[in-house]
Amino acid sequence: MRVRTLAAAVALAALSVAVSAQNLDWNDIVAKARGQTVNFNAWAGDEKSNAFIQWAAQEVGRRYGVTLVHVKLKDTAEAVTRVVAEKAAGRNAGGTVDLIWINGPNFLAMKQQALLFGPFTQALPSYARVDTTTIRSNVIDFTIPVDGMESPWRRAQIVFVYDGKRVTNPPKSVAELLEWAKKNPGRLTHPSVRNFLGATFLKQALWELAPDPAALQRPATDDNFAAITAPMWTWYDALRPYLWRQGRQLPENGPAQRQLLNDGEIDMLVSFNPAEAAVSVHAGLLPDSVRTVVFARGTIGNTSFVAIPYNAAHKEAAMVVADFLLEPATQAHAQDFRQMGNFTVLDFAKLSPDEKRRFDELPKSPALPTNAELGTTVLEPHPSWMTRIANEWEKRYTK
Amino acid sequence: MSMVRRPGVLRLAPALTVGILLLPIAAGLVGTLLPAFGYLPAIGGRTFNLDGWRRLADYPGFGTSVAITIGTGVLTSALAVILAFGCCASLHDRPWMRRLGAWVAPILSTPHSAIALGLAFLLAPSGWIARALSPWLTGWILPPDVATVGDPAGVALVLGLLLKEVPYLILMIVGALNQVQARAHLAIARALGYGPAEAWLKAILPQIYPQIRLPIYAVIAFSLSVVDVALILGPSNPPPLAVLAVRWFSDADIQFYFPAAAAAILLLLLVIGIIAAWRGFERCAMLVGRRWIARGGRGGIATTAATMATLLFGVTFALSVLAIAGMAVWSVADQWRFPDALPQAWSLANWMRRFDGLAGPAWVTVVVGALATGVALCLVLACLENESRGHRRPGAAALWILYVPLLVPQVAFLFGAQVLLVRMNLDGTLAAVVWAHLIFVLPYLFLSLADPWRAFDPRYAQTAASLGASRMRVFFAVKLPILLRPVLIAGAVAFAVSVGQYLATVFAGNGRVATLTTEAVTLAAGADRRVIGAYAVAQTLFPLIAYVGAVLLPALLFAHRRGLRGHQ
Amino acid sequence: MKQALLAPLHLASVRIDLAGRELIPPLTLDVEPGECATIMGPSGCGKSTLLAFISGTIDPVFRATGRVTIGARDITVLPPEHRHIGIQFQDDLLFPHLSVGDNLAFALPARVRGRSQRRARIEQALAEADLSGFADRDPATLSGGQRARVALMRTLLSEPHVLLLDEPFNKLDAQLRHDFRRFVFEHAADRGLPTLLVTHDATDAQAAGGRVIGLARP
Repeated sequence: MRVRTLAAAVALAALSVAVSAQNLDWNDIVAKARGQTVNFNAWAGDEKSNAFIQWAAQEVGRRYGVTLVHVKLKDTAEAVTRVVAEKAAGRNAGGTVDLIWINGPNFLAMKQQALLFGPFTQALPSYARVDTTTIRSNVIDFTIPVDGMESPWRRAQIVFVYDGKRVTNPPKSVAELLEWAKKNPGRLTHPSVRNFLGATFLKQALWELAPDPAALQRPATDDNFAAITAPMWTWYDALRPYLWRQGRQLPENGPAQRQLLNDGEIDMLVSFNPAEAAVSVHAGLLPDSVRTVVFARGTIGNTSFVAIPYNAAHKEAAMVVADFLLEPATQAHAQDFRQMGNFTVLDFAKLSPDEKRRFDELPKSPALPTNAELGTTVLEPHPSWMTRIANEWEKRYTK
Repeated sequence: MSMVRRPGVLRLAPALTVGILLLPIAAGLVGTLLPAFGYLPAIGGRTFNLDGWRRLADYPGFGTSVAITIGTGVLTSALAVILAFGCCASLHDRPWMRRLGAWVAPILSTPHSAIALGLAFLLAPSGWIARALSPWLTGWILPPDVATVGDPAGVALVLGLLLKEVPYLILMIVGALNQVQARAHLAIARALGYGPAEAWLKAILPQIYPQIRLPIYAVIAFSLSVVDVALILGPSNPPPLAVLAVRWFSDADIQFYFPAAAAAILLLLLVIGIIAAWRGFERCAMLVGRRWIARGGRGGIATTAATMATLLFGVTFALSVLAIAGMAVWSVADQWRFPDALPQAWSLANWMRRFDGLAGPAWVTVVVGALATGVALCLVLACLENESRGHRRPGAAALWILYVPLLVPQVAFLFGAQVLLVRMNLDGTLAAVVWAHLIFVLPYLFLSLADPWRAFDPRYAQTAASLGASRMRVFFAVKLPILLRPVLIAGAVAFAVSVGQYLATVFAGNGRVATLTTEAVTLAAGADRRVIGAYAVAQTLFPLIAYVGAVLLPALLFAHRRGLRGHQ
Repeated sequence: MKQALLAPLHLASVRIDLAGRELIPPLTLDVEPGECATIMGPSGCGKSTLLAFISGTIDPVFRATGRVTIGARDITVLPPEHRHIGIQFQDDLLFPHLSVGDNLAFALPARVRGRSQRRARIEQALAEADLSGFADRDPATLSGGQRARVALMRTLLSEPHVLLLDEPFNKLDAQLRHDFRRFVFEHAADRGLPTLLVTHDATDAQAAGGRVIGLARP
């Protein structure tokens, strides 16, 4: 692990030299991008994200003459399917997908099948401000080295949102969560394990309860899977009867889960967005009594990236958009909980005082956790753990 | 003896129509069949094997999924048939039964997904019915932990499907009644001592059954292979087979295409098998029915059963109306928490905010619908006119060909069709989506228009010809004006079918063409009910406007022509 | 109002088969201008089919042989709109979407140009039928007898060379029947049209005053 960090540091130093040398190329790219259309394939299940993408479209249109089209997806995998279908039909240029909001297993799939364009992040001027030292998920995507094949734009971390009126002493670990559920049967649930958030709920429990957490950074093997996941399955078997609908029915995704909290069917939900509570109250999607709690030992977090398919029709404009997403003004706008409420991927140390002030002036809310409360971000386990957990879950609980 | 005429271009119409219907389906089926057996070179499948089938069978919930699929499919079909027959038997002698078409048209023109969304809100433990009854009747301050929507047995799914299938079958039955001497036979049966419901069941039903056989098969196929309603109301762990196939087709792990294709083909086999079983059941029912009739009993069981069926239909009708009303209320609600029966705060701001998001998909929906309907109308009119000029008599085979798009599960051929479109560089274009919609719009348009068209008194055309009018003039100046209302109504039906398409738009449009329905199903995952409400209302509004226009326009144009009312 | 001298209708060995069975045995017939020949027979013997063959609208399921000429013109294979043969059914079949006047205008040949000219011809026809001022009326608001008269005037306005009558008096009651019969035959004779009447009623045949050909049941 040490060697890796050193190598990454050296590479970073080399890149920063390369970036300034390549600033000339950047102007060429911007010039070529003018007038192009970017088909940004992004999950559309969240209204706030959709609105943010619309705002971004207006900005890049105004400043760079690039037309950004939000291709709405129910699932990021749809975009992967599309690129695969195009490759199957022999369309190696002029593809219909220019930019994908992607990370984790989807990124792994595309990287392995050589479906991505890049490396390209070193050509983006704004990439210089990205935090690549303390926010490790910016360069290691689910234990896969990013290698410049995707550019970060937003961060996520597991938090729990609860109704302050009905929950006075929120649990601060998965063990306390089990105790709480036993006292309040039917008032807790999690999204389907096929959904990313639902799988991460299990991963959080896995990390907290695993005998050897370090093993999670390495691929799961047939030998160690059963042993490492055993405590988690024990915990889950104990928890399941006390879940909403006795765990036999699960909401499809995060927003569906949020609707249950709003309807009063549950009292607590898991979310990837630390600003979820503040954002939802502002949008009228949750009552204003909701609060956020982060587990004491730390919770799993990851970064969302944008990637460019190998056959994209408008690669230059896609790169311009990727760069725009990393500008401090854009990142501050995104972190504003009235817009999207996503915590930034930038390194405050690399920002100028003016740029830092944008973040300090953002509005506050009682439902919003402070940076201190967010504590340690735990790295995502290797994707193979999630795939196996999902399969094992289906084997155990899909009858 | 033939007359000397130039063979008109109309002769090509039937061949063209059949081609548009069958070729894409055949090509798509092949494109799904090959991967089912392991052949998809693009992702490395170059040899035929049964791995896809093995992985399908190994899926932990495979057995349950198949059971749910068959269970909900058969239950929906059986209930739909029973309710439709019972309702017609009870109400056939009411005068307003003739105008039933006008009553159920709004329900029929609403897309399935919109009704499903509304029903989901009605039935949820924190839904409208619970809210209206709490806490004064039920004592609930918090919603109970009871599974209704998404229940593992699929009851909510069956109900959601019934809401549209029963009116559809009733409409088909009413149409079939025009072909037989219903009134004369009923008069005789009643004169012989049978009550109205029993007379209808014993004297009329056996006569019209052959004509509603194909619509019933369409209901069976749809119930077994529906995707959007199953996504909204059906169980998800495990889901029915069609949802499983779509889930696997869009999985990040591309190797899932093989079991997905296998699931799709299995679904096709299930549809064929259950329709075959239904045919067998028809024979048994015929034997049992004959004996029942021969016994000559004039008891009240049939009447009671029919009355119960009618009551149940009334319940489903009420649910449909409430479902749409619920969505309308949500679209103008600001804050609405359990257990309030109505929102605490109302606001039109929701519509303001939604308007930009709605405008684009609404425009696309209207354009695609208009184009698909327009092309289909030209083809259908050409075929029907060709037929009435005596060039070709359609046989039973023609009817089966028309029904093929309604009998083959969409998921079984749409993936193959998508690959074909990508190869032809047409995927994601408006033309591809219009073409995909055309495949499903054509049968409904033809079936809605065929009977009124064929019932047109041929002597009008003969008279006009004897007065010197050419065939073109007869078509445009005599036939079309007299049949304007059936033509417009058939067009409205076709437009409604296009608005409600989900899988076809997703596959052919490659996700780049957003219609109101695709947006609504996507946003259903986002679960802000105010947003869903606005989209559901928009989905309902456009076909309704088309239908009202179809009814009003001829009434306005021919306000002073009472004679035309008999043709409507 | 007399038209130019018309030619006789001539049927030469017209024979109609249905599904291999002979429906109408070979029939040879001449109808002179101004004469009204009557074809009588029970229902189902093919009378209407014969008229359909002459007017060019016979259903393809029938096999028909023979020739039909009007004077020197052989019209056997001509499309119906070019035959100039008027046909009157037992239903008036006025187009329900057109007014009375428009129904008549439909029949008026295009060579009568100009609104005023056409209007004048229509008014004249209506006057002959004792229906002056009815031009703008909705056909559905007329009585059965009135509609029958309008229907005949419509046929006559198209200036046919032959008139075929397919049991046109069936739907009228006794008094109307008598009046309308006279109306039809007067106008037909007036214009010198060779007329072929098909009926099962002997009094119609008597009123027609021409030859009577009987068709037996096949």
